Amino acid sequence: MEWFHHQKSGIESAVRRDTPGDLWVKCENCKEIVYKSDWDQTLAVCPACGHHHRFAAREYAALLLDEGTFVEEDSTVAPADPLKFSAKKKYRDSVASAQKATGEKSAVLSGTGAMDGRPVSLAVMDFRFLGGSMGSAEGEKIARALLRGLDRRIPAIVVSASGGARMHEGTLSLMQMAKTSSIIGRMREVGVPYISVLTNPTTGGVTASFAMLGDAIIAEPGALIGFAGERVIRETIRQALPDGFQRAEFLLKHGFLDDVVARKDLKSWISRFIALLTDPVP
Amino acid sequence: MTMGKGAGLDFEQPVLALDRKIAEMRTLAMENGLDLESEISRLDKKREQLLAKSQQKMTAWNRVEIARRQGRPYALDHIQASFTDFVELHGDRTYSDDPAIVAGFARLDGIPVCIVAHQKGKDTRENIHRNFGMPHPEGYRKALRVMKLAERFGRPVICLVDTPGAFPGIGAEERGQAQAIAENILEMSLLKVPVVVAVLGEGASGGALGIGVGDRLLMFENSWYCVISPEGCAAILWGDRLKAQEVADHMKLTGRDLLELGLIDRVVDEPAGGAHWRPEAACASLKTALVSELRALCSVSVDELVRSRLERYARVGVFLEGTRRGP
Ligand SMILES: [Zn+2]
Repeated sequence: MEWFHHQKSGIESAVRRDTPGDLWVKCENCKEIVYKSDWDQTLAVCPACGHHHRFAAREYAALLLDEGTFVEEDSTVAPADPLKFSAKKKYRDSVASAQKATGEKSAVLSGTGAMDGRPVSLAVMDFRFLGGSMGSAEGEKIARALLRGLDRRIPAIVVSASGGARMHEGTLSLMQMAKTSSIIGRMREVGVPYISVLTNPTTGGVTASFAMLGDAIIAEPGALIGFAGERVIRETIRQALPDGFQRAEFLLKHGFLDDVVARKDLKSWISRFIALLTDPVP
Repeated sequence: MTMGKGAGLDFEQPVLALDRKIAEMRTLAMENGLDLESEISRLDKKREQLLAKSQQKMTAWNRVEIARRQGRPYALDHIQASFTDFVELHGDRTYSDDPAIVAGFARLDGIPVCIVAHQKGKDTRENIHRNFGMPHPEGYRKALRVMKLAERFGRPVICLVDTPGAFPGIGAEERGQAQAIAENILEMSLLKVPVVVAVLGEGASGGALGIGVGDRLLMFENSWYCVISPEGCAAILWGDRLKAQEVADHMKLTGRDLLELGLIDRVVDEPAGGAHWRPEAACASLKTALVSELRALCSVSVDELVRSRLERYARVGVFLEGTRRGP
């Protein structure tokens, strides 16, 4: 299948060798061979080096919410092609093939559910869908998830994984940054908790809007997080970039993250934080 | 938590000598199968008496020394001993995370609270990391960010003060040390949630006040809080840092002094001889005080809280006006 592809750091998902039954997985970081059953148990985190591999939106929903409580919303919202955009490939065709490959209508999965019994609104970006890029459909779904939090006074959680704004939708895509951020402004006014979870990678316009506006902002270990792409920066300043540049740990040190949290601990961290912010004070 | 160790302070030497003797006897008893329990308990009693006596004769300078002594419980020790569910938050969302200040949320006696604290290190390596508890502007900005979050969600704030001062350095000045502290003082005076401040060890000047404005001010018995350290004062006014010991007595910087001056609300007792001899007991003592202050404040309305806080600071100062002694 894919195992002969050239590997790009952090962006490619783990390579699954096309062996009978997909029995094992190779870590994209340390190349360790891991049994598929172990892999599922460690939540796609390499048991040898701790590298966090890609996790699909539905996997995050299952990880973060109590079993059987996820109710999907806005499942029919899908990208349109307002600019009739075409590059090497027609935008319309790219969307169609992303839909086919992922089984999702857009790059955002959203809905409500319970987290340790507490109702929450959740949106998760899916990097497999056009690099998790944010177009109008994605912006709308994030906005509605935040609004559900605001209207119902329940905490909102957004798990980001995105290459940034979707160029194929031009300024419409850009304006999704304002659309989503302004709702967070209203949430702050009334005191509805909003937790932003950054996964590998979270870059561009998504970072410059809702991803960086959480009451708490946490990231998975090693996640690439930044505004401008590494290559663009390197080519602009013509200098070597510091070690670990734009990785979660780098952002923590530079004051932008509340913490770096392993995937297996995400739910308990968020749950504890929400309880501390919202449980009654006598 | 470590027991008071290291060489110890001058006036602690008799106690430390007894400690060594007791340890020797224990070894002796063990190696030779002797029963020395009665002798050991006699020495233990003597030790308690020595500590109690040193407690009574304690000078202001002795208290300053104890406030800085190795083995004294720091903010994270208190958080670990007395709080549950601690979630630490990092970063000022602008420049850096400052390990000299610890901030986050936790529960105190079940009550969800926000914690903001100075943090010193226990050894050289930790002290380099924590910058000896001397914050940079980003530390004060992290503190303010988390306190504003607490305000938005109606969480009471607990500030644990323990700093030799805000860090004096080029970067700190470039990034606005004074501005950051000033902003915190202003914002804390208006914070719409209860704020309880406790000085754990050192409360040096603006560096302390930057997380030190609140509704109740508590101080450990062996802590100090002043506009400058005794050494700094001695150097400036006497031209001699070595005068610090005498100067300390004149500065009225201990908890009892400041309680008398009406600047603080409560002195928190420590185990005989200082918190470092029995850190667990010191933590428990502070916890009791914090819980009682907090519970009292939680029943006050927000408007009343802020009004009386503003009044408290408006009243501070002693001056003459015409023939009256003010205010
Ligand atoms: Zn690995």
